[in-house]
Amino acid sequence: MLEVVIFYLSALIAIGGAVLMIAQRNPVASVLYLIVSLAAQAVLYIQLSALFVGALLIIVYAGAILVLFLFVIMLLNLRGEHFEGQDQKVGRITKYVLSGLFFIELVIIVRQLAIPARTDIVSAQTATDFGGVEPVAELLYTKYLFPFELTSVLLLVAVVGAVVMARREKSEKQGGV
Amino acid sequence: MTLTALAITAMIKVIVIISVALLGVAYSTYLERRLLGILQHRIGPIYAGPYGLLQPIADAVKLIFKEDFIPDNVERVTYTLAPVIMFIPALLTFAVIPVGDTITIMGHEIELVISDLNIGILYVFAITSLGVYGIVLAGWSSGSKYSLLGGIRSSAQMISYEIAYGLSIIGVVLLAGTLSLQELVAQQESFFSWYVFRQPVAFILFVVCAVAETNRAPFDLPEAEAELVAGYLTEYSSMKYAMFFMGEYANMLAVSSVATTIFLGGWQGPFLPPVLWFVIKVFLCMCVYIWIRATLPRFRYDQLMNFGWKVLFPLALLNTMVTALIKVL
Amino acid sequence: MASYAAVLIFLLLGIGLVLVTFFTARLIRPSNPYKEKNQTYECGERPFGDSWVQFNNRFYIFALLFVIFDVEVVFLFPWAVAFNQLGLFALIEMVIFIVILVFGLVYAWKKGVLKWV
Repeated sequence: MLEVVIFYLSALIAIGGAVLMIAQRNPVASVLYLIVSLAAQAVLYIQLSALFVGALLIIVYAGAILVLFLFVIMLLNLRGEHFEGQDQKVGRITKYVLSGLFFIELVIIVRQLAIPARTDIVSAQTATDFGGVEPVAELLYTKYLFPFELTSVLLLVAVVGAVVMARREKSEKQGGV
Repeated sequence: MTLTALAITAMIKVIVIISVALLGVAYSTYLERRLLGILQHRIGPIYAGPYGLLQPIADAVKLIFKEDFIPDNVERVTYTLAPVIMFIPALLTFAVIPVGDTITIMGHEIELVISDLNIGILYVFAITSLGVYGIVLAGWSSGSKYSLLGGIRSSAQMISYEIAYGLSIIGVVLLAGTLSLQELVAQQESFFSWYVFRQPVAFILFVVCAVAETNRAPFDLPEAEAELVAGYLTEYSSMKYAMFFMGEYANMLAVSSVATTIFLGGWQGPFLPPVLWFVIKVFLCMCVYIWIRATLPRFRYDQLMNFGWKVLFPLALLNTMVTALIKVL
Repeated sequence: MASYAAVLIFLLLGIGLVLVTFFTARLIRPSNPYKEKNQTYECGERPFGDSWVQFNNRFYIFALLFVIFDVEVVFLFPWAVAFNQLGLFALIEMVIFIVILVFGLVYAWKKGVLKWV
């Protein structure tokens, strides 16, 4: 019973947070709503016993990537008023048409998948600890070893990218504090 | 135990832990002022009550009666939310800290921890990683130059030390093979099996990073009053200011509890009841915090960043690898 | 699995506590704002210019590096937990992983990105 209540509440918060996130003019408020949404999603993962995935969502997304987002917003000094009056008519119509089309597409896909009835919500989380720390470790460091090692290369590329960017900005001699 | 009984015990535990944590926060401020006084050959607060013991209450009453003016130049919503976002994660850490052995009351076995998550350490790490938001948002929303600089400085510092913070814990996890804090405590039953002895380098790294994470001296640059007035706190007053303050001390207490649990044997100890041992250890950790503040001068910002990235981070990586190597051999 | 529900109770109570405190404070504190009081603090001078100062974009680079190495730390957690079962093989693969990333760190170091100016 409690499980179901928490599930629906978290699902509602996750979706509501995401909707509010894109409905904001103020980018910082968007980031905050995204954090709320991510936290609710983490609860959902934890309900599925995917403890590691839930923790990952908080540590990497909420704790690192969104901090980076905030830094970018602050660096560019984006505040709500920067987006006032940019709402041209053509743009407004396009965005509604596009999101409408996307929504229809989503509905079609969901209907085709024919998602089973939701009676198995409670039983699903007791079935396995898939997504827990040990199962992830067993898979990641044996079966998916090669993709795992490739991740480090990907991260290395990201480091190089950051370095190149830093150097370019330095050569432009920007003033700063 | 029935579900209702379970819910009631959980509720009681939550209320007790929150109350004790808040009391701890209040008296940490007293401890800091008294201890700093003693360390500097002063007296510290002594007039409110016997030995000045009522000082935290006097402070709380004072702060709650103060006018809370909001400067015109702030982003109101974020400005109001920031102290809450600072305080809540600090409090949340206490949800997984085991404060004592399992006790039996009226035939019910009750674990003295609110939630024995089997990913306790990851939980602590996740909560720590959220701690940066309160400060960033306070700095950004205040609409003041000092606040912005203080907030951004502080957040960059926190994220720089967070990596070494996580890596230092990994040394212990390697030996322990578990992420559950309760099991970690169980493994440290005898004095010499404390992880502070088995992972001394990790412990030192942890202490340094923890001090930096909580923005305490000598890493208290965001509050460097000589250059930044009060950093991100500049535009705050009354209860919102108090909330930041409580957040800082709650963070210190939380980190001390984590250090106690991971490295110092948690509630384990001879003769005295486990809960008392836990309190004593946390108290000693807090004293070290204050001692450090009284002793060390503040870092310069470039020194701080260099230290984090060029000393602590490689050292933590090395410690992890050496530990793993020793374990294999 | 009831343990995480206790954390949620903790969270709710914590938030409730903050709300109660704010509300009580609101009831009993005085409120007398006026123009001078509500000015942004600037050492007693009248504030000038935008409150926003352009800050060093190095902060951004450090945040980027933090994200990268944070991912690395997160990968280390399951590895450390399962190290007993995985043994020497796991050590070798993690050494490869870390060496590649340390290469990135050294690169950033040599190019002077880690130096604060």
